[in-house]
Amino acid sequence: MNKLILGRYIAGDSLIHRLDPRAKLVLSFYFVGIIFMANNWQSFSMLLIFTLGCILASKISLSFFLKGVRPLIWLIIFTVALQMLFSSGGQMYWHWGIFKISEFGVTNGLYIFCRFILIIFMSTLLTLSTAPLQLADAIESLLKPLKTIKFPVYEIALMLSIALRFVPTLMDETAKIMNAQRARGVNFGQGSLIKQMQSIIPLLIPLFVSSFNRAEDLAIAMESRGYQGGEGRTKYRVLKWQTTDTMAFVLFAVVTVALVYLKN
Amino acid sequence: MTEVIKVDHLNYQYEAQKELNEMALKDVSFTINKGEWVAIIGHNGSGKSTLSKNINGLLAPKSGEITVDGLVLSTETVWDIRRKIGIVFQNPDNQFVGATVEDDVAFGLENNGIERKEMQERVRDALERVDMWQFAAKEPARLSGGQKQRVAIAGIVALRPEVIILDESTSMLDPEGRDEVLSLIHQLKDERGLTIISITHDINEAASADKIMVMDGGQLVKQGTPAEIFALGEQLVDMGLDVPYPERLKAALKKRHFDIPDDYMTEEGMVDWLWQLNSTK
Repeated sequence: MNKLILGRYIAGDSLIHRLDPRAKLVLSFYFVGIIFMANNWQSFSMLLIFTLGCILASKISLSFFLKGVRPLIWLIIFTVALQMLFSSGGQMYWHWGIFKISEFGVTNGLYIFCRFILIIFMSTLLTLSTAPLQLADAIESLLKPLKTIKFPVYEIALMLSIALRFVPTLMDETAKIMNAQRARGVNFGQGSLIKQMQSIIPLLIPLFVSSFNRAEDLAIAMESRGYQGGEGRTKYRVLKWQTTDTMAFVLFAVVTVALVYLKN
Repeated sequence: MTEVIKVDHLNYQYEAQKELNEMALKDVSFTINKGEWVAIIGHNGSGKSTLSKNINGLLAPKSGEITVDGLVLSTETVWDIRRKIGIVFQNPDNQFVGATVEDDVAFGLENNGIERKEMQERVRDALERVDMWQFAAKEPARLSGGQKQRVAIAGIVALRPEVIILDESTSMLDPEGRDEVLSLIHQLKDERGLTIISITHDINEAASADKIMVMDGGQLVKQGTPAEIFALGEQLVDMGLDVPYPERLKAALKKRHFDIPDDYMTEEGMVDWLWQLNSTK
């Protein structure tokens, strides 16, 4: 579980940390979109430099980002290899049956590699520099226009924040149940695939049952504290748009213009 | 003294009990005065928690009437009544709604549409009262059980209710956390003139109440001052309840043929009596 860097938050106080989570969320999605416009080495190196600049500004060590790449490395290698071995065009370097390495294939493979790295770096930057709660707030705020089509924005946001709040609690409980079952002789992660799946049952069922009980307790506690649904509630936490957020948007606009200029 | 809660011939039945023709609460009637500390004791399944959920309308009584601070409980008044009564439940983890300490305290205020500025003041005030302000930005996973229970109390205190019901709120805490939470509630009660209803298994906690109500099999079998209740001695033990330490000592001394008065003694009273006995020998 500890390998998963995605969704982890590293507290800090940098320019990136202080940005409004809405701005960060929108801009990272936007960035993933414009990455696909890049199609030559000039545009890709510009985007790489920009991304590294963002990472530097967040004051988070680069090793965290490399850790984020690690679980996806096989997917990246696989895609890049496919791209290299099966596309033709330009000068041919090597040829064996249906496999061939061509000039076109190599550059395409490199571009795909760059795209992967850029997307992973940017999304990791978003989750590393934004507390989950802030992300939930940002999603709620960004979904607000959907209220007009009767989309339950507030309820979704509440569910999201309760889910986030219970992640560590349920993790603790999972560990507790696992140890309790181990003490009674259950072997986790051993034997054949079927055996392994069977050993999950004594973990899963108690976890489900206790989640139901928790949900009931929580609902009762919420109701007795006056929760009547989203209507007529005030908000304790408010997101504040600052000039740095507008500046970030301007910066991304500049990057977009440069990208359009640099690409073929 | 003005009465704040009046329960009149309350009956309650759970869905599952319908076929068995059993009742969770049978003809329960009592009044609680403003500023009182009332302890409700009884063994598991005697209807204590059901009673507390009936009082703030989480469960709808089958028959009978509940009046809180002049309001008769009904579908129209239930939210007004919930504003007057705060309940602190047993499991500190399961009642923690907010993602951080301050969010949790603010949750009840948000529900009541309190303005943001006042909300900030009240959250800070409540957290300072329970000595948790320095943890305001912490997540629940990083707090101990006693700390979470203090946050739960702060969440109720911020709502400024007139009655606080402690539904076995200290049962999952260690003795230290329990003493902390109880002395905090005592302090709050004295300052704000709150009424406290404490549902508890802790007999020593009950001994410090103004009034004790004993529940058994869904009925209110006895109510009175701790002295009156604990003077029952054997009868309590028959109901599956414990007696306070001085009473146990008394019983042990009686067995060894000491001539000891029957009425209830506090720990100090017991010590005095033993001193007297020693000096007259």
